[in-house]
Amino acid sequence: MNGPHDMGGMQCYGPVIPEPNEPLFHASWERDALALTVAMGATGMWNIDQSRSARESLPPLQYMSSSYYQIWLAGMEKLMLERGMVNGDELASGEAKIAPVPVKQSPDRERMRAILAVGASAERPAVGIAQFSPGNQVRAVNRNPQGHTRLPHYIRGKAGTVENICGFHVFPEATALGRQEAGWLYTIAFSAADLFGQGDHTVLVDCWEATLERA
Amino acid sequence: MTSHSHDEDHDHSHLDEMDVRVRALKSLLIAKGYVTEGALDEIVETYETRIGPRNGARVVARAWCDPAYLDRLRADATAAIAELGYGGRQGEHMRIVENSADTHNMVVCTLCSCYPWPVLGLPPVWYKSAPYRSRAVSEPRAVLAEFGVTLPRDVTIRVWDSTAEMRYLVIPTRPDGTQGWSEEKLATLVTRDSMIGTGLALSPEAVA
Repeated sequence: MNGPHDMGGMQCYGPVIPEPNEPLFHASWERDALALTVAMGATGMWNIDQSRSARESLPPLQYMSSSYYQIWLAGMEKLMLERGMVNGDELASGEAKIAPVPVKQSPDRERMRAILAVGASAERPAVGIAQFSPGNQVRAVNRNPQGHTRLPHYIRGKAGTVENICGFHVFPEATALGRQEAGWLYTIAFSAADLFGQGDHTVLVDCWEATLERA
Repeated sequence: MTSHSHDEDHDHSHLDEMDVRVRALKSLLIAKGYVTEGALDEIVETYETRIGPRNGARVVARAWCDPAYLDRLRADATAAIAELGYGGRQGEHMRIVENSADTHNMVVCTLCSCYPWPVLGLPPVWYKSAPYRSRAVSEPRAVLAEFGVTLPRDVTIRVWDSTAEMRYLVIPTRPDGTQGWSEEKLATLVTRDSMIGTGLALSPEAVA
């Protein structure tokens, strides 16, 4: 969706301000937020694309005024509420009041270690040949899906050069809607001048075949 | 200057609220059987003690020392990084991007905060925040200047927006005056920021 999370090229946010000697967590609740989000993700009740979609579709004012881990928590609560895994009363009180929804797995420590170590590959067996090759001129299609997409607004309608074929990867626009779909993924190189009207650098963006056309 | 402004009071009460809320959430999710204490502890321990930028620094140091390893990184970075025992969540599809005398790479995720966790750990707040996410793609030189890095005009900058599950690790250029250094010593020059592309590797003088 076109929303505040799609920030590439925005000019209004001021300077980058790194915090010297930044701690890993600024409060112990952040530590818990990380652990809860990753652990809940491991229950198999949603995929990473649905998780990103939940975060980026938070109300704009909330998204813009929340810290990173606040966004994670809000997104996770949304995913759980949607699936009836918790209700508002439980979230407010911290007490279980309705029966739990059966989850695909609730890993113990050892299983979680294995899950973290293996990760989750986005590659799938290829179907069909890649339409584009390195060196081809392609254009990012000017499409504006209402749901989750990883096609940033700043490249839509812009032409670039295929830099690399990354592989055949799960397509987030579909998986965010619960549909299993995958496609050829490419790295496309765009000139800053074409994207922003200024700059001498190159911007490389990973794009699925469905979001590209020959230029 | 007041020692405790109204804004700080406001922040404290918001953060106390978060503390209460998250503790309640944690007990709820455990009570419902969705998560286990063990899983939570494992996650925290992994990212607090086992995974961090020292991992990536070892990859870079080895790449500097061992041309055959660098070739393997170029051919299949995920597999080569796994040789050092690093991999898994958010590092399933790695690619190295090499800095040189005429090319400087920077990595960003404009849409959220995608970052190569197995080699760099958890991303810093600035990486996940609006200023970096918005301006790294459009004005990388200005962003680099905010990090105290000025590159000659003839250095090409390549900014990688992590829009898919590919995760990028910058291999900074090896500093001068490090001939004969061990991998372990070289790794001490490799900063986290140099592997994101908002910094350069330290010079020998800096760690002397």
